[in-house]
Amino acid sequence: MAVVAAGRVLRLGGRWSAAASGGPSAQRAIAYLFPSGLFDKRARPMMKHPSEIFPEQRKIQWGEDGRPFHFLFYTGKQSYYSLMHETYEKLLNVQKHQDQLVAQGFSLQKEKKNLVGSRWLTKTELEGMLLEKLSDDDYSRFIRLLEKLMTLPCSDIEENYIKKFSKEIAVQLQKVSTEPLKYDEQGVAFSTGEGVRKTSRATAVVYDNGTGKITVNGIDILRYFPVLQDREQLLFPFQFLDRVGKHDAICTVSGGGRSSQAGAIRLATAKALRSFVTETEVEFMRQAGLLTVDPRVRERKKPGQEGARRKFTWKKR
Amino acid sequence: MLRSVKGFICRPLKLDHGYALHMAAKDCFSSVVSQDVQTPAEKPRAIFYTNESDPAQHSEQHEGRHYSIPLEEVKAVFPHGLPYRFQQQIKTFQEACVMVRKPALELFTYLKNSNFAHPVVRYVIYGERGTGKTMTLCHVVHFCARQGWLVLHIPDAHLWVKNCKELMQSSYNKERLDQPLQASFWLRNFRTTNEHFLKEIKTQQKYVWGKRDSTEQGRPLGEVVEQGLTRVKNASDAVGVVLKEIKQQCCLGSFRVLVAVDGVNALWGRTTLKKEDKSPVSPEELTLVYNLRKMVMNNWSGGAVVTTLSQTGSLFKPSSAHLPHELLGKEGFDALDPFVPILVPNYTEREFESCYHYYLHCRWLQHEKARTEDGKEELRFLSGCNPWQLERLSAPL
Repeated sequence: MAVVAAGRVLRLGGRWSAAASGGPSAQRAIAYLFPSGLFDKRARPMMKHPSEIFPEQRKIQWGEDGRPFHFLFYTGKQSYYSLMHETYEKLLNVQKHQDQLVAQGFSLQKEKKNLVGSRWLTKTELEGMLLEKLSDDDYSRFIRLLEKLMTLPCSDIEENYIKKFSKEIAVQLQKVSTEPLKYDEQGVAFSTGEGVRKTSRATAVVYDNGTGKITVNGIDILRYFPVLQDREQLLFPFQFLDRVGKHDAICTVSGGGRSSQAGAIRLATAKALRSFVTETEVEFMRQAGLLTVDPRVRERKKPGQEGARRKFTWKKR
Repeated sequence: MLRSVKGFICRPLKLDHGYALHMAAKDCFSSVVSQDVQTPAEKPRAIFYTNESDPAQHSEQHEGRHYSIPLEEVKAVFPHGLPYRFQQQIKTFQEACVMVRKPALELFTYLKNSNFAHPVVRYVIYGERGTGKTMTLCHVVHFCARQGWLVLHIPDAHLWVKNCKELMQSSYNKERLDQPLQASFWLRNFRTTNEHFLKEIKTQQKYVWGKRDSTEQGRPLGEVVEQGLTRVKNASDAVGVVLKEIKQQCCLGSFRVLVAVDGVNALWGRTTLKKEDKSPVSPEELTLVYNLRKMVMNNWSGGAVVTTLSQTGSLFKPSSAHLPHELLGKEGFDALDPFVPILVPNYTEREFESCYHYYLHCRWLQHEKARTEDGKEELRFLSGCNPWQLERLSAPL
């Protein structure tokens, strides 16, 4: 490639030579991509990784003389069959090891491996790994072979090989333990919670046996949040649990605007209410989205665009 | 607005609703109350309604209940006093129902027990925004009208210090400025309220309005009012004359006077008006304000002065200001100094229930969820038991 490029430089001597020597258009391109004065790492242009832009391609399978490198080339699916051969070789290996152990008199015990947290590669993932198309039949044969390998007692030897073809599934239901209720001097139960939204940080202390009065930074919610929408956000956790007039809450909040402060307090009160409520209700709250931190944050403005997404007006000429 | 989040998750559990405060609020009312709110209209009506239409008879047992004023009386007594939203409500419901609340009852006891030989006592009704100050004032006005007092009701003093299109130099006093439009408007409404008084009260001196117009001594006050209405240029002076006459003659004791001013903090604040040379106008330079200030002084006897502070129409005051000394300023506070403050709070539990049942009865709350307990709790939370908020919330429902 370099030879080709150099050849072009020598032959054309026009645009490309300018680029090679660092002419005006190249200078402009560099100035555009790397505006001087911004040396911060965060100011660098955000480009995708080259592997995302240029997908992996198969290299040429035969040499100068036309003779293919791989011995299974003429099967058509060389990587697939070579994989099958390899896996079967491992299988035979394991069986040989097993026979040796039996011959020596050890008893074979298969510990049940926990298959819950892992899954095999999907067909598309396997195709990506092998860089060639598979049929469903081929894929199912391969998976069956792997399963057979797994079921053998001594397959621990080839565990590294098997791990290449399995993926971990994220454990969905993580046990988040809820805090127990605390009691203050009068014996009233209370619990605390914290919430964030955009740039607001809020803490809430929810007391039992209340009248539904909520105080934010020492001010009643009717005066702190004159807009109905914010008060509705605060109402949501209580209404969801049918406990609208039963709890008092004292909250502190800082940062952000009115809407994000309301969202932060909502999250804080929902987290605090977990201690008052059964586990199924906590699960319902989680599914309703009351306990999830809202990940949306203000997107940064990119150079070359007017805003985060808005481009400059496109002029045809 | 009332959301049905429970719809998308099936919930086998149902929490217990019985909590002490709510049951206590229900126990307040008579035993006629049943658990189910959709029973025929007669039973729940006993909660929030009372037949006693004379404010003089209202007492603690009527507290929290609505009483209705006949529509003809509304037109006669309140040509210009009621809040705008309440007027719309009257038009919709075809009835004017006012709630009897504690501050009003307090004022009634004071008025009934006041000694009219002493200088007038001034009452200042204050409170947060939307808690019912103007409605309390209107209740008191109705009470006094029923008792046969002469009512000087200024619906909103802020209207006199802002948005005035025509400002004229006063003919009586060169430094002051007249407001013919506002003055004539007020005179018209004053005439509607106090027809019979205008015939009885006689002028005690001669007033000359111009080269050809004058009012002799001993003529009924109605003539002064007519003069003000026909010659709009002299309307502000006519107002001044009316106030002066009433003040002088009230001390004699033949009739009682109630001066009801809404938004009294406008009299001592700043104005948004400008003279022709773009210099700002201070309130003393307006004839109407000057005369009203004299009326609000406590150097006369034989009546009462009931005023309201209002932040909503006030100029150059922050929205968090509610207390008298914040809204009146030093000057106003000193002028009104020995006064009886009356705080108007948000709805209590009982008043909230009463208002809610009233809206249900008038079929104002159409949303099906609004009829449930949950809906009521939601309304209570979102409105914070503030009457104004509750009214605005229930309007679209």
